[in-house]
Amino acid sequence: MQVNIVINGQEVTEEIEPRMLLVHFIRDQAGLTGTHWGCDTSNCGTCVVLIDGEPVKSCTTLAAMTSGHQVTTVEGMEVDGVLDPVQEGFMQCHGLQCGFCTPGMMLTARALLDQNPDPSEHEIREAISGQICRCTGYSSIVRSIRWAAENGTPVSLEGASS
Amino acid sequence: MTAVEETPAEEGERPIGYGRLLRKEDPRLIRGMGNFVDDIQLPGMLHLAILRSPVAHARIANIDTSAAQAHPKVVAVITGADLAEQGLAWMPTLSNDVQSVLATDKVRFQHQEVAFVVAEDRYSARDALELIDVEYDMLPVISDVRSALDADAPVIRDDLEGKADNHIFDWETGDEASTNEVFERADVVVSEEIIYPRVHPAPMETCACVAQVERVSGQLTLWSTTQAPHAHRTVYALVAGLPEHKIRIIAPDIGGGFGGKVPIYPGYVCAIVASLVIGKPVKWTEDRTENLVSTGFARDYIMKGEIAATSDGKILAVRTNVLADHGAFNGVASPIKYPAGFFGVFTGSYDLEAAHCKMTAVYTNKAPGGVAYACSFRITEAVYLIERIVDCLAFELDMDPAELRLKNFIKPEQFPYETKTGWVYDSGDYEPAMRKAMDMAGYAQLREEQAEKRERGELMGIGISFFTEAVGAGPRKDMDILGLGMADGCELRVHPTGKAIVRLSVKTQGQGHETTFAQIVAEELGIPPEDIDVIHGDTDNTPFGLGTYGSRSTPVSGAAAALVARKVRDKAQIIASGMLEASVADLEWVKGSFHVAGDPSKSVTIQDIAMRAHGAGDLPDGIEGGLEAQICYNPTNLTYPFGAYICVVDIDPATAEVKVRRFIAVDDCGTQINPMIIEGQVHGGLADGVGMALMEMIAFDEDGNCLSASLMDYLIPTSLECPDWETGHTVTPSPHHPIGAKGIGESATVGSPPAVVNAVVDALKPFGIRHADMPLTPSRVWETMQGNHTAPI
Repeated sequence: MQVNIVINGQEVTEEIEPRMLLVHFIRDQAGLTGTHWGCDTSNCGTCVVLIDGEPVKSCTTLAAMTSGHQVTTVEGMEVDGVLDPVQEGFMQCHGLQCGFCTPGMMLTARALLDQNPDPSEHEIREAISGQICRCTGYSSIVRSIRWAAENGTPVSLEGASS
Repeated sequence: MTAVEETPAEEGERPIGYGRLLRKEDPRLIRGMGNFVDDIQLPGMLHLAILRSPVAHARIANIDTSAAQAHPKVVAVITGADLAEQGLAWMPTLSNDVQSVLATDKVRFQHQEVAFVVAEDRYSARDALELIDVEYDMLPVISDVRSALDADAPVIRDDLEGKADNHIFDWETGDEASTNEVFERADVVVSEEIIYPRVHPAPMETCACVAQVERVSGQLTLWSTTQAPHAHRTVYALVAGLPEHKIRIIAPDIGGGFGGKVPIYPGYVCAIVASLVIGKPVKWTEDRTENLVSTGFARDYIMKGEIAATSDGKILAVRTNVLADHGAFNGVASPIKYPAGFFGVFTGSYDLEAAHCKMTAVYTNKAPGGVAYACSFRITEAVYLIERIVDCLAFELDMDPAELRLKNFIKPEQFPYETKTGWVYDSGDYEPAMRKAMDMAGYAQLREEQAEKRERGELMGIGISFFTEAVGAGPRKDMDILGLGMADGCELRVHPTGKAIVRLSVKTQGQGHETTFAQIVAEELGIPPEDIDVIHGDTDNTPFGLGTYGSRSTPVSGAAAALVARKVRDKAQIIASGMLEASVADLEWVKGSFHVAGDPSKSVTIQDIAMRAHGAGDLPDGIEGGLEAQICYNPTNLTYPFGAYICVVDIDPATAEVKVRRFIAVDDCGTQINPMIIEGQVHGGLADGVGMALMEMIAFDEDGNCLSASLMDYLIPTSLECPDWETGHTVTPSPHHPIGAKGIGESATVGSPPAVVNAVVDALKPFGIRHADMPLTPSRVWETMQGNHTAPI
């Protein structure tokens, strides 16, 4: 079947098997390998992308379900050479070590800040609680997101990428 | 980003230069531009999937691959019999055992590798697995390790000639007679069976590789999730008979390792064989279930611990008897003379009169492995044993566990301290670390709060753990893996314009080597860290060394980096003497330049010297051009980081749910290189500890079925189970490391589980509870509260 997905503002049209998962579409068809795969069961969240601005686990989403929608991956966070404050925050506050869960964490953070520009520590912990990081113990991720809240101007990814 | 900005250190950190430098790794990773193994796409690349056994112990009666072969997108289907024809059905483990690549005679654990399919895409490869028909003749299963040595137990390893039981080894350390003598005269003896269940490192990135064999040259390039690329290269040369100079291992970005990416797994060998046979690049990426059920597990020790003391709390001796479950193949990755890893440091941080350990290791019908999950070669088990049994003693003596520890610490003047099991602790100053943790926690106030809460029937617990680690394996006369000495090389090349490249034998999996090793060289050579690039994870482009695990990168390779920089500096000094027309002895080094003693105006920078070293002018007699050096560092001893941890928990009396309210960690890893990265290493390990203590366990049923085969069943802490960690430090440099650093990668994983368990048990003191085994899930805590605590295995 044919799907047409707008990824980071770029239309991607491909013939695919109906069963193809969105994470594989993004990685193998669109060639955007910043979105990672970690568990198959929606537990780890390393595959999180934004679909129409909402964080979604792309390992349990069919690419076909996303046809006609806007997908944002980590590659779409930096706009015109300017990092998203969330990306800057993760660097400043040591919010990543191996970097494998990082793209999903940052996209969830972006969605959170779009909804709630000044989240409390607990609200941040709630927001990222569907995702696993094995390296950081989460404190520095929480600090990174607070850094973005305090230092960043909210950026509308959809507006910037269209 | 301002990766080069020098951030002032916080008071007391005493780091080497540049301190809290932002990481060089981050700009690519936060843009999604890392390069992990599964990201690699090569022209014509095929995909490999592995068929695994659904049962734990069975003879393979027949395998029919015809339907899979007929699948239009399948290129090859390979079974154990096919590999046996090439002599590749078995491979050595890192413990001198053998493990099957694909089963030939029988399967010995559930999910063991039976066959593989190579297909044009990853979905078709998986589809074809369903088309392979295997007939199994079931055999009795050893799932309970306690029955492995029963006289009527089925023999799992009948592939080993003459093997008539499931025994692997007996191991002993310390002195039995003197320990028994101390136990006989002690006022108090406390015994407890303490279990460290099987857990799994479960890095976010599973194992994967891409194998590419060039048909004409025979060159194998393997992109692989490995923590030890050079050691792997040698093992592949031995397994596959490929000449070692024709093997190149590339470990690109690695999504966490924690020890799970030290062993060689059958999947890697299968991909190499497939590429060799088919002549195209082949990718294998395991799924999460495969990762949890077949790759390196950790722990699985049943420890009978005993502690002897005087009635006023002077600890005299410790002894233990351990039953170790190694699974179906002995795949432990430990220095070969240390079959139980460094478990011998179970005497902990205390000055004892005697100690003794006896251990028996056995085969069971479970996945092989044994050393993974940031354990520092079994020190997790050792620290858990001593820190749990010390708390049991405090319970019996009705003594405060902090006071008991303070009373028994090895004193600073006793270092270097040789333990009763023969380990020479290099340096330590334990009491200040313990006092600092108690101050940070507000220990006295916490005890008051606990007393008040107990009056009201609320369950609050305070748990303490004080650990000493032994890391940085190791002196090559004592430590090797498959005959490869545990030394590490480092190469440093300063270019004409004064920029430098440092090449490491170790490999980061998130620890930040690209940053910290640049900092070490920057400190020694005065070249700013932004001018130093770190090359690692490529056997063709780095010197030989044994890799990153057991917290050995800083103690071994970090030492190599400092010393290679000093070697370059020594040469630079000779060149500078020519440039300044002064004798070498008259030159003084001030970070980044040499000047003539007494005349600072006559000076040359390291950059000036680098240009001269490569330039047209004459160099002093006997000095070759260029400014580079290489060394191979052989550590003289291990390093011994330590720390004091305090955990505060609240237990809901109605649901038995444990909530970690606070966690205070004071670590001493000697000289600090980058305090920001150190804090990150500690944070991650603390989360591991909460996970193991409260939720993580790889469980099996009586038929050997793995019950923890997904992240729905193998629970890992999320942001909601972890508190905001409170960290602190003391600094006691290692006397034998060139910059005094000790390593920090695994300290918190080693030190934190007993703190959490001790806190939970402390909370349950009103129920008369002295011990409860991990994982302390609500159901297990509830049963314990009802007096029905059962062993997890």
